[in-house]
Order: sequence, then C-alpha cells, then structure tokens
Amino acid sequence: MYAQMVESEGNRGDLTAQERAFQDRIDAGEKIEPKEWMPEGYRKTLIRQMGQHAHSEIVGQLPEGNWITRAPTLERKAILLAKVQDEAGHGLYLYSAAETLGVTRDELFEALHSGKMKYSSIFNYPTLTWADMGAVGWLVDGAAIMNQVPLQRTSYGPYSRAMIRICKEESFHQRQGYAIMMKMAAGTPEQKEMAQDALNRFWYPALMMFGPSDKDSVHSEQSMAWKIKMNTNDELRQKFVNETVPQAELLGLTVPDENLTYDEQTGDYSFSEPDWAEFFEVIKGNGPCNRERLQARRDAWSEGEWFRDGLTAYAEKSAKRRAAAALAAE
Amino acid sequence: MSSPSDMNTGDVVELAAKEAAQQDVPDHHVTDVALKPAFFDWLCRMGDTTLILGHRTSEWCGHGPALEEDIAQANIALDLIGHTQMWLGLAAEVEDEGRTADTLAYLRDAMKFRNLLLVELPKGDMAVTIMRQFLFDAWHHDYLGKLTGSSSPRVAEIAAKALKEVTYHLERSSDLVVRLGDGTDASRRRMQDALELLWPYTGEMFVSDEVDRAIAEAGIAPLVEDLHADWTETVTEILKEATLELPSGTAYAQKGGRTGRHTEHLGFVLAEMQFLQRAYPGASW
Repeated sequence: MYAQMVESEGNRGDLTAQERAFQDRIDAGEKIEPKEWMPEGYRKTLIRQMGQHAHSEIVGQLPEGNWITRAPTLERKAILLAKVQDEAGHGLYLYSAAETLGVTRDELFEALHSGKMKYSSIFNYPTLTWADMGAVGWLVDGAAIMNQVPLQRTSYGPYSRAMIRICKEESFHQRQGYAIMMKMAAGTPEQKEMAQDALNRFWYPALMMFGPSDKDSVHSEQSMAWKIKMNTNDELRQKFVNETVPQAELLGLTVPDENLTYDEQTGDYSFSEPDWAEFFEVIKGNGPCNRERLQARRDAWSEGEWFRDGLTAYAEKSAKRRAAAALAAE
Repeated sequence: MSSPSDMNTGDVVELAAKEAAQQDVPDHHVTDVALKPAFFDWLCRMGDTTLILGHRTSEWCGHGPALEEDIAQANIALDLIGHTQMWLGLAAEVEDEGRTADTLAYLRDAMKFRNLLLVELPKGDMAVTIMRQFLFDAWHHDYLGKLTGSSSPRVAEIAAKALKEVTYHLERSSDLVVRLGDGTDASRRRMQDALELLWPYTGEMFVSDEVDRAIAEAGIAPLVEDLHADWTETVTEILKEATLELPSGTAYAQKGGRTGRHTEHLGFVLAEMQFLQRAYPGASW
C-alpha cells in the first residue's frame, strides 16, 4: 500500500483510564481532532503512516512524470500532466494533515531524504513504455483505492477528510489508466505487446503494495484497534485480485500467474504470492529505481533551496517595510 | 428523441442556441483562400509557441523547489497545452488538408515549427524558467488582449478564453520576479543572470514580417511592433521593483523561430515529444 509495514507504537496491555476513554470514542466511531488528547503512540504511528503516504504521493510523481514529455497526443499529455499534478496535490493535503500532529513538512522531507522514512515499494519500479502509464493507473491506483476507500472512515479527522478528497481523484486516475490499457490492448500488435508486457511487470509489484501476509505482519492489531488501519493486508489483496482479474480478461490480456483459479464457492480467486524476498530487498533500498527516485527528490529539494530562501527573505523584508511604514504613519 | 415539451422548455432552447452559436461562429477568414497561407502560418506561430513553452514547463513536474510551485508550474503547462489545442486546431481547419492539432504537433519537423526561440531554450534553473515566463507573459497578455478585438471571431474567441488564464500567469510571474529579485543576494544574482541570458531572445517578439503584415491588413492581429512600448513599460517597472538591472545597451536580437530557423535545442524537444508518433506510425493512442 502507499503506507507499508508501518510500525505501531501502541501498548495493547492494560489501558489507563484516559486511554480507555480514548479507545471508547474510537469504538463509538467518533473522530479524533488535532487539539484533543491522544496517546503518544497513536500520534507517532499516524505521523509515520501519513508521512509515508505523503512521501509515496510525491515520489509517485516520478515514474509517471517520466512520460509527460513523451505523451503521444496533446490530450494524453494534458491528462497525464493533470494526473501527476493531482498526486502533488495529494502530497500537499497529507503533509498538511500530518502537520496537525505537530510535525512540519520540512521535518518529514528531511526524514525522507535521509532514508529514515520510506515510501511505497511500487515506485521503485521503472516505467518503460507508454503502456506503463495505463498499467500504473489501472493497477497501482487500483490497489491504492482498495486501501484508501476504507481509510475515509479512519479515526483521525484530518486524515479522514484528506482521504475523502483523494479518493474522488484516485478513482478518476484508475479509470484513465484503464482507458489507456483499452486503447493499447485493442491497438496494433506492438501496442498489445506493450500492454501485456506492462501487466507482466506490474502485476506482482502491485500485489506487494498491500504488504506482507497478515501472519507476518506484526503491527496490524494495534493500528486496527485505533482505526488507522481498516482491513488486513490479505483481505485487501484478495479484494484487489477479485476485481482486477475480470478487468484483465475484458482487455484480452493474461494475468502472469499459472496458478490463478476461480473458486465458485467463495467467489475468490486463488493466486500465487509475489516474491517476498524481492519485496524486502526493494524496501531495503535495492529495487531497480530506489537510488534514482530518492536522488531526484533530494536534488529537487537542494536545488530549490535558493528559491525558498529568496521567497522567505522577501517576505521578511516586506514585513519589516510594512511595520516601518505603519510606524512612520503614526 | 426529445419530446416536444422538452424542446420547448425555455432554457433548453436558449442553451441549444448558445451552443450552436459557439460551434458555428461565422468567420469568413477561415475560408479565405488568398489569406490561407499567411493565416495558417500565423496560427502555427501562436500554437507552436504555446506548445513548446508548455512542454518546457511540464519538465518541472515532480522536480519543483516546493510542492506549491510544482503544482503551479503544472497548471501553467496545462493552460498552455489547452491553448495549443485551440490554436493548432484552428490552423488545421484553415489549412483544410485533413491534418489535426495532433498531427501538426507530432508530425512536423523543426523547420516547419514557428515558435519563438525564447520558449525553446532549456528550462534552466527556476530563475530562467520564471524570468522567461515573465518576459513572455508580459508580451502574451498584451497580445491576447488586443486579439480579443480581432476581425476574426474565431481568433477573438480563443484569445478571450486564453486571456483569462494568461492574466493569472502574468500576475504570478511578475510577483515571483519581484520576490526573487528582491530576495537574497543569491536569488537576485540568479534572476539577473537569467535576465541577461534571455534578453537577446526578446527582440524577436516585436519584429513583423510579411505574414504579420498580411494578418494585420486583414484586421486579425495588430503588428507586433505596436506591442513594444507597453511591454517595455511593464518589464521596466517590474524589474525596477525587483531591484534588477535592465541589460545594458541593445543586445543583438536572436531571431528566426517564427520562420522555422531554430536553436539546436528544438530538435531534441521534438525527438522526445514526437517519439511515439514517429516510432508507431498510424497507431491510435
């Protein structure tokens, strides 16, 4: 997911009276707002999760940004640019929502750039053909939606409200990705080959987005009690596969899994697990694009320093000028 | 099929009339055979300039110095791509040889491009990007303002739509030039360097040729020389507020973009932009 393997800080043992009252509010479906009391673990876990989610949005601009200048028509160029711009906007909502927990955007950037905070593993895979713009929208945004739709009901008010806005745009993104896939799958033999190749490369990385299996996921229980994680990784992955396989069939493309079978009784597909060893390597920084992605973010930040400093200096000067003018007018 | 009562509902009739009026603005210039070569060329000058600047601006997406700036640059690029669709769409219609805005953008080589040299220069740092945007916006805004009174209703309509967005572009780029010019020593130095780099490419915006004269005679657009005084006034005023110095002397004006003689940079822009259309001819995307 956009936030993977977020370490939860909670203490599931004996609750103090204050913690009990807090948990009761969450159980009753109430929203927690920024200035209200919250356990330190809840605050820290949320900063980690929302920060990672925000980082995923802005690092996620890069693989698709890779094709903006090569988009094949004016309309495709405008749509892709608008989509990547939306991702920057999602980053902005999420950093702003995280700021309500007492962490600044600059501090979160610093943690991203130093490697202390992560972003989703999916964005460390390269986008090699135009069909990848379809596959990313269809599969990556599709997987993200699985998690983000339930997160609209998360317990933290600002996060919940950010997710409501984000979900509206994400569902549009998924449809635009699928529209590209439809065009490619119904196109020339070369286009169809690109579409199948994109599905082959993105299928397993998309399944990895949900994080390791629940039996290996140590942090789920507390986060679920706090309603900052709404479903288990396996539930969401299953739901994604169930929805996506028929979409692939409709495109006339083949999901790259020989073990894919449909169970009439449960209505679920059974499918092969992704290569978790690869997942942990990508998380550790050894994916195909980890270094490039992080370096691109660091460069944008360091090369933009003079720009930010210039604006700050002007704002300070003009505040002083206004104060001096007000004084002179007295 | 709508029922008769639907068709007679007041607002539907009004909407339909409005829609029809928009789609079918009578414009004798569009079908004027004698004017066609000049009109087509002039429309390409407008559309190619917004296309290439939009392309350059879009290169910032994901790499901006702050999230807000990243979003703003993408917005400007989106506006310019939108203008391109309108200008090149009309160019294709005037030419009437079955081409479209897309085939004009993606299937012409550099010598057929008619954009200003200023917009094809590499994006550079943010100082170059913003200074270029400002020098261009000050011209673009004034030009579009005059084009809203064009004798061609189609041109006037496009200009009116674009002007709304370009008014904001100019407001924004002027503001940033002032803030960064009068910011830190480092930001001032970068803005001054950007100004020196770009200045020789501004002259081309004010030199008319026989195409411009034919268009001016038809009442479609003013002569670009007529924009020079106002542009100079706007630029001088903003640069002064930004504590920047107008480049000394009259730099030799680099020109040629509007007649198809470009810098070495345009070929690379096109190689990248046109890759898919060139590699897979006839495919639909």
